[in-house]
Amino acid sequence: MSEEKPNLEEMIKQLTARVDELEENAPGDNLSLGVISGDLDYTIATFIIALGAAAYDMQVDLFFTFWAIASLRDPKKKVKKDFLGKMFGAMLPASSKKLPLSKMQMMGMGPPMIRSVMKMHKAKSLEELMKEAAEFGVRIHVCTMSMDVMGIKKEELIDYPHMDFVGVGSFVDMFQNSKQCWFM
Amino acid sequence: MSEELKALDVAVEVDARGTACPGPLLEAKRAIADCPDGGVMCILSSDEGTIIDVQRWSKKMKHEYLGDYEDDGYWRVFMKKTA
Repeated sequence: MSEEKPNLEEMIKQLTARVDELEENAPGDNLSLGVISGDLDYTIATFIIALGAAAYDMQVDLFFTFWAIASLRDPKKKVKKDFLGKMFGAMLPASSKKLPLSKMQMMGMGPPMIRSVMKMHKAKSLEELMKEAAEFGVRIHVCTMSMDVMGIKKEELIDYPHMDFVGVGSFVDMFQNSKQCWFM
Repeated sequence: MSEELKALDVAVEVDARGTACPGPLLEAKRAIADCPDGGVMCILSSDEGTIIDVQRWSKKMKHEYLGDYEDDGYWRVFMKKTA
């Protein structure tokens, strides 16, 4: 019996080390959403899902890339841009209020129609959802490369308390720690 | 902060300026093999996202993030290879 004792101790040590490692690498109660479309419907869905998860005390990380970054623009903020930046700036939606729909755009009539129908059903507007997301600690991470490509500057984005500017490496780190990761 | 960083003895310097995401991170991944254990690696990047990317990557890879500062139109990001 006395011979087995050191073996047991060694086994416990090894197991503890393995459990520690597993715990460290296990995905946490996080939700990561890659937000790319910049469509009104997808963006509303993004924030509704994010808020639902936040209600469950999940940490929610939204990685905003490509078209979706325009939805974070604040039309009141003006910044200096080069020619291409100005062109992009003029063509991209000036704010969340100008986002198109992925379906039934109907030459621009779709989005206000959806907004009014949603209001009729007492559903929160995208802007109200964004405010609540800020309140519940939903984090927004903005892709710096997309910002460069589209000539969008930090200074023209909305004031959001949990916002930072990252690359794809950070997104990978986020979804490695998440049980769920979707693209919107 | 930047004074302390400037005083560091840099073992490997990676110039990833002009490459866009994920360029700087990949350059860092390539270069870390040439960095001795305990050595300091400095990544030069013109993509601001590199700062937080390297912070998170260092943590995951068990390296030590040392800091960053803005130089003339680009950033210098410092990390120490541990293990």
